[in-house]
Amino acid sequence: MRNVLSYVVVLFLSVAIVGCGGRKAVDGDVNVEAVDGTAGASTGGLAGDGVSSSGLDDGSTGLGGAMGANGPEGELLSKRVVYFDYNSSLLTLESEAIVQAHAQFLASNSGVQIILEGHADERGTREYNLALGEDRAKSVANVMEALGVSGGRIQNVSYGEERPVALGYDEAAFALNRRVEILYQ
Amino acid sequence: MSLILNLILMNKVENMTSPGHLKSKSFFFFVATVLVFLISRPASAVLTIEVNKGVDAGIPIAIVPFGLEGVSDLPHLPADIVESDLNSSGKFDPVSRETFLSQPTDLGSIQYKDWRLLKAEALVVGKIINLGNGQLEVRFRLVDVFRERQLTGQKFVIPENRIRKVSHQISDIIYQQLTGKRGAFDTKIAYITAQGKDPKRKFLLQVADADGFGPRTVLQSNEPILSPAWSPDGNWLAYVSFEKKSSNVYIQNVWSGERQLVSEYPGINSAPAWSPDGRSLALTLSKDGNPDIYVYNVDNNSLRRLTRHTAIDTEPDWAPDGRTIAFTSGRSGAPQIYRIPVAGGNAQRVTFDGKYNAGPSHSPDGKSLVLITDQGNGFRVGIYSQEERSVRELTDTRQDESPTFAPNGEMIIYATQKGGRSILAAVSTDGSVQQTLRFQQGSVREPAWSPFNRKL
Repeated sequence: MRNVLSYVVVLFLSVAIVGCGGRKAVDGDVNVEAVDGTAGASTGGLAGDGVSSSGLDDGSTGLGGAMGANGPEGELLSKRVVYFDYNSSLLTLESEAIVQAHAQFLASNSGVQIILEGHADERGTREYNLALGEDRAKSVANVMEALGVSGGRIQNVSYGEERPVALGYDEAAFALNRRVEILYQ
Repeated sequence: MSLILNLILMNKVENMTSPGHLKSKSFFFFVATVLVFLISRPASAVLTIEVNKGVDAGIPIAIVPFGLEGVSDLPHLPADIVESDLNSSGKFDPVSRETFLSQPTDLGSIQYKDWRLLKAEALVVGKIINLGNGQLEVRFRLVDVFRERQLTGQKFVIPENRIRKVSHQISDIIYQQLTGKRGAFDTKIAYITAQGKDPKRKFLLQVADADGFGPRTVLQSNEPILSPAWSPDGNWLAYVSFEKKSSNVYIQNVWSGERQLVSEYPGINSAPAWSPDGRSLALTLSKDGNPDIYVYNVDNNSLRRLTRHTAIDTEPDWAPDGRTIAFTSGRSGAPQIYRIPVAGGNAQRVTFDGKYNAGPSHSPDGKSLVLITDQGNGFRVGIYSQEERSVRELTDTRQDESPTFAPNGEMIIYATQKGGRSILAAVSTDGSVQQTLRFQQGSVREPAWSPFNRKL
């Protein structure tokens, strides 16, 4: 079960009605998170909380590996976003080095779980980009699994083009949005 | 848990009558991620239509403000709406009201020479009569000015709040009479609105009249919502919601708010498309490795895999005959359109023009597909003709998305970018008529035009 222990989980499906009592409860599976009082805020940071100082083995990978607030620290381990070419899910050489470092860290820290969050730039259709984001997350997961990380510790999520980090319709923004974020739990 | 739920709900409903107190209540430190609304929720914002380009010679038509009997506070509603509807189709050229020489409200008071002088070929006259108890009688006649005879006419008895709907129905009748094609003015559009910026972004699934009036929120979430799709009977919307932090498919009754989670397998659950009989949904699922097309039976919850390929397969859309499904596949490298029999079999590649063709949607007659195409000019709405076997660009913009046909096949609604935000636009199937729908706020996208449905 992933995450978010620090948030109160409240199931809340409200049917706003004017002059009508026909409220129907929807299925009970809808997880809804309560957030702080700043109305409408969504829970941004899944990463980090709850694992920060739990005595994780550091340094064993030779790449650093002390657990910081959002994940392990180190030359490569501090990089938790890898980028992709247009319409591609292939890892670049730089991305592969980063992913390998995380894979080694995970291989020697068996209690740690991650979410791989895949994203796409805004060009093209939303649904194709949703699939592309997942493809990218899987590319990262495949490298990690090949290096001995159990698939059960990795969760892939794709947001497609729905969660850009850079706004603007130019290659600089596109390049930043075509990414997989490695989120430590 | 359910107690908390009910308390919050009661508080919420109570507060709706006094919105000023919203923030002082302690319960509002809990803000729900997902809110389901009934379609009867009142309008909050209005959008307007701008017609950018019309056909050269529309039918000159004069629409006289309706006579009012016992009605004082109604504006020129039917005439205004009918004029706006017909104008937005690009097939009509309404005569300016300021030039009218007389204002007939029934057949007997028409001076035909007045209208021949203004070169009006068709004339619409009508009356609204207050019947009391909130009921109105609305009657109209469509008249051929040159032959001096009535082409059609109708009488409606309606509650006052149905005046807009009846006005659109009058537009539909006139459109059909004069163009020979069914009008689609008395229909709805569903679309997604994104407001604010991360991490406080709000996503709304909204439904408005086809002219953009009266947007109503049917779902609100702090996580993305996408791909709304109308059931063939117009009573349900299927969509993708990230409210559980991954993409899952839901269906929701637009009247009752009843909602079902229909697919939450590991990986992607997305791109819902209704079968023409409304009994099945084609879905994109990646539970078996990578995105493939599946057919989910809504009646018995059974699931059948349709495509099996290591590349991305997504964006299914049923042919109107229900026999085949068009979809987007990356199996040739860049996305292209393919078609597969619903009964199973091999997928055939459909599009070969350009480097990117995706998001197919069938015309009601099944003879063409609208899609997003990149032929080196950016991402534009394109139309693929089954007969010509080629893709033609319909727009001249660069960031178009999500085209779908109006139920009469005459117009295509889609999303595009203007002034740094996403807006809705419509284009006729031959590209000759273009219009934009301007919303007051937020980024508006993924429009889906409803089927014909009198209840809507």
